[in-house]
Order: sequence, then C-alpha cells, then structure tokens
Amino acid sequence: MPQSSVDKPTMGSKPIVGTSKGYGERIVEKLLAGCGSLSVLITIGIVATLVVETYHFFSEVGFGEFFGDTQWTPLFANKHFGIWPLICGTLITAFIAMCVAVPLGLLAAIYLSEFASERVRSVLKPALELLAGVPTIVYGYFALIVVTPALQQLWPELQGFNALSPGLVMGIMIIPMVSSLSEDALYAVPRSLREAAWGMGAGRASTIRRVVLPAAFSGIVASVLLALARAIGETMIVAIAAGQQANFSIDPTESVQTMTAFIVQVSMGDTPSGTTEYRTIFAVASTLFVFTFIVNGISQHIVHKQRRMQGH
Amino acid sequence: MSGKRPIGELLFRGACLSAVVIPLAVLGYLIADVVADAFLRLDWSFIESYPSRKAEKAGILPALVGSAYLIVVTAALAVPLGVASAIYLEEYGGKSWWSRVVEVNIANLAGVPSIIYGLLGLGVFVRLFGMDRSILAGACTLGVLILPIVIMASREALRNVPNNVREASYGLGATKLQTIRGVVLPLALPGMLTGSILAVSRAIGETAPLVVVGAATYISFLPEGLTDDFSALPIQIFDWVSRPQEAFLLNAAAGIVVLMSVLLVVNGFALWLRARLQKRLRR
Repeated sequence: MPQSSVDKPTMGSKPIVGTSKGYGERIVEKLLAGCGSLSVLITIGIVATLVVETYHFFSEVGFGEFFGDTQWTPLFANKHFGIWPLICGTLITAFIAMCVAVPLGLLAAIYLSEFASERVRSVLKPALELLAGVPTIVYGYFALIVVTPALQQLWPELQGFNALSPGLVMGIMIIPMVSSLSEDALYAVPRSLREAAWGMGAGRASTIRRVVLPAAFSGIVASVLLALARAIGETMIVAIAAGQQANFSIDPTESVQTMTAFIVQVSMGDTPSGTTEYRTIFAVASTLFVFTFIVNGISQHIVHKQRRMQGH
Repeated sequence: MSGKRPIGELLFRGACLSAVVIPLAVLGYLIADVVADAFLRLDWSFIESYPSRKAEKAGILPALVGSAYLIVVTAALAVPLGVASAIYLEEYGGKSWWSRVVEVNIANLAGVPSIIYGLLGLGVFVRLFGMDRSILAGACTLGVLILPIVIMASREALRNVPNNVREASYGLGATKLQTIRGVVLPLALPGMLTGSILAVSRAIGETAPLVVVGAATYISFLPEGLTDDFSALPIQIFDWVSRPQEAFLLNAAAGIVVLMSVLLVVNGFALWLRARLQKRLRR
C-alpha cells in the first residue's frame, strides 16, 4: 500500500464526531486492557507457584535446616538441606564474572561514548551487543571445551569442572549489559561539563575520571547491578562447566554447584511431582528469585531516583 | 608534566579500545573454534538423522523440527498479546496508577532469570493445566518468557510515532481506534516486527526453561501435533555436551553451528523486513 496511510481513518462507514466512543471502541479498549494486565498475571503466577511449592517444602524440611546447615545433599541417601553451598557456588561464579564484565564493560562504554567517532560507534556498539545474543549453551560449550583446558595448561591443579572457567566466560557474555547502559549514562552527561573541564586545562583522561564518570555514576551502578542479577540467574554455562558438586567453599579451582545448576540437575532426572526432591527445586528457585529481585529492585530504584532528580 | 600527559592519554585510550576489541576477538575465536570442530561432523545425514547411541550415526532432525514447532507456536502466542499490551500501555494507559503498576511489573519480569520461567511452566502449564511435557507447554513457557521483551520493543516502536500524526487524524474526525489502526500501527509496524522477531530468536536459543519443563533428549519420532513430546536444538546440544565421549562433543559443535545458522537466518530476516517496510513507508 504505497499510498499514504493517513487517509485511511476517513474510510469508516459513518463519521463519528469528536472523541465520543462507539460501542465497538469500548470493547476493543477493554480487550487491550486485558492483554496489558496479562503481564501482572504472569508475575502472580510465578510468585504463586514458587510460594505454594516452597511452603510445602518447608512443611517437610525445617526452616532452620535450610538456612542453618552447611551441607547440600538432597539427592543422596543421607539427606542434608543446607542451601549455603549453592549460594556460595552462585556468588563465586557471579563474582568472577563481574571481575571480567565491570572493568571491560566500563572501559568499552568510555571508548564508545568519549573516543569513538559516530561511524565507529555505529559499528562497534551493535557488534558488542552480539555477545549477549549468542545462546548461553554455546558459551557453556566454549567454557568446557576451550577455556578449561587452556586454563589447565597454565594451572595444572585446576579441576575439569571448576568455578573459574564458567565465571570468566559468563563475564564476557554480560559485558554488553554493563557497557550498553553505562554508555547511555555517559552519553547523557552534558557536553558543557566536559568543555568546562577542558577549558580549565584538564586532559581527556582526567576529564573522564574527575567529571564524566562521577556525573554518570548512578547510571553505571544501575547497569552493574543489572549485570549482577543476570550472572546470578545464569544457568547453562555453569550447569555445563562448573560441575555438580555442592561445595561449601570459595575456591575457584574446585567444582561448584550454583542454585540454577541444581535445578537443572534435578530436572534432567525424572522428578515425580509431590516428592520432597521435586519441591527442593522450588525452594531453591524461591531463594534465587529473592536474590535477583532485590538486586534488580535496587538497580531500578537508582534509575528512578536519577530520573526524578533530572526532572524527567 | 605536559610531556607526560599525552602518553598517559594514549594508554588510557588504548585500554578503552582494547576493552571493545578483546571481547569481540574472544567471540570470533569461539565461533571459529566451533565451526572448525563442526566441519568434522556436519553433513547432510547429520541434519536428517535421529538421535542415536552411536555418535557417528546421531542426527539432529527431531530437535530441528521441535525447535521449528516451538518458534511458530511461541510467536503466535507472544506477539499478538505483546503488541496488544503495548498498544494499551502507550495509547490508552496514560498516567493511571494501574498502568504504572503494569510498567514496573514488566521491568521486573524482564529481570527474572529464565530458569524461573521454566518452573512457572512446570508448575502451571505442565502440571496445573495438564499439558504434560508437550510442545504446547514448552511454547507457552517460552511465550511467557519473551512477552516482556515483545511489549518493550513494541512500546518503543509506538513511542517513535510522532504525536502530530495522531492529532492530524483526530482533526479529520477519526476516533481513537481508527487512528490507531489506520495511522499509528502502520507507522510502528517495522519496529514492532523487528523487535518481535528478535524476541522470538531469543526464545530459539533458550535452554534452561525447556530443561525444567521437561523437553526430551532422546526422541526417535517427529512430533505430529502440539501435544506430542518434543526436543529442541539447545536441548539436544546440551545432551551431547554432557556426555564424556569425544565423538559426542563433535556432534555438539555441529549442533551449535545448526543453531547459530537458524539464528542468523531469523535475525537477518528481521533486519531485511525492517529495511523493506521502512522504504515502503517513506514512499
């Protein structure tokens, strides 16, 4: 339909004066509103599923054992339900990932916003976004087949399954999460601030360090937190390359199990519904949900506060 | 001091540039490595064979077909609902407290780890709705997973439609619905379609939720309907990666190349479609 689409509205059979709504209009509006509310229903579904099964879980396993015990062996004959080894595994892999993603992501953001020409930026920015578009199963393969053997050459005592390799690979994957939002924050710093610093004799690098970075600080923190939430919830890379041993240790050369990897392990077996084993994954998922919800919440709060201060 | 500064500046600039280049080089190396491994295995029989205990005979056909089913059903579920939600939020919602609630809620959903959606699928679609471990259950789960992404992309597209075309349409006596259907949607369509296809391509690569919902790794038949058991490309790859034998790792590499090719085709289609629709609108 090459003709301008603007003349279409007049095609209605009878002209309707002003904005008074016809019967059909109101029905469509209600239908659209229903769809709009669907997302709230999804949240309710998630929370309800988690709460119901977790409630049943805690009627079988004590609250004190879940948060007090330091052993996690729900699939063994001698069952222990202490969540701490899984939390440990999750935090150590996420920490390694952040050690990669934060410095690289931030420097990449500075390059794209402060140094790159408009043309270079328009090529490199989407290229960097590709990193987040590669399926995580591919990164998992990479961590297991390429990165772990390479690290073992440097460091022979590294186990075949370890926290280090998937952590590093996960860090590469979440670089765009840090760089993209940080770059938006840097880009939003008014040019006049930079010019004032240059005018006072400051160099490029010190302007960035003393003026631009502080001005964009809250946006950068928000992006780092979003990336952290992503790292905590990341599943396939750790399920493939970190192993399945729930160790209560922070040694990156050892095999660890994250909360997500445990859910995968149980799901790969046959889980008859209604058993404690089946409910365990919901209890672990609830813990994971609370973690990511808090981290995401803080991030959104920072963004919101920033917007209000800028008067948007 | 003035002699020292340029070197420091150059070093800093170099560090910043390498932070862009190094990750891209890693990605390039990863892809080259996978492709090199895949070429030892990838041939036509790999595409048209069923899984097998013998790595050399195993193929990816049921997973490929399963993924195709999933893509179509997921898109059919998530895209219309997502677009409708976006229209409501952008065109009708305004500043009411309910649309604020929905907005915050969508931002929160986008941050929920994908494996949690798998548990939603397991608890609600598989058990509560009795869909069992079917294609439908998998597609519903993936549909719910990408819904926030479709909504956000569609809202962005609607927001880019300038307000004066809406006002011009009202000025000609069109109602709100007529304005949306005749003026706003055609202008927002390229952005909406591209965003939706990109969201669907995200679903193609998702593994974790399907593992939880219970996709099968060993399927010796092709699914015939939405209630059949299914496998999917990432699930099949995961199964092969998890096996200790070398030969299965080659299968995994070949599977990854098939998966990435599917993603490349889908994303390329999205970009082509956007370019084409935009050209049409400009005329």
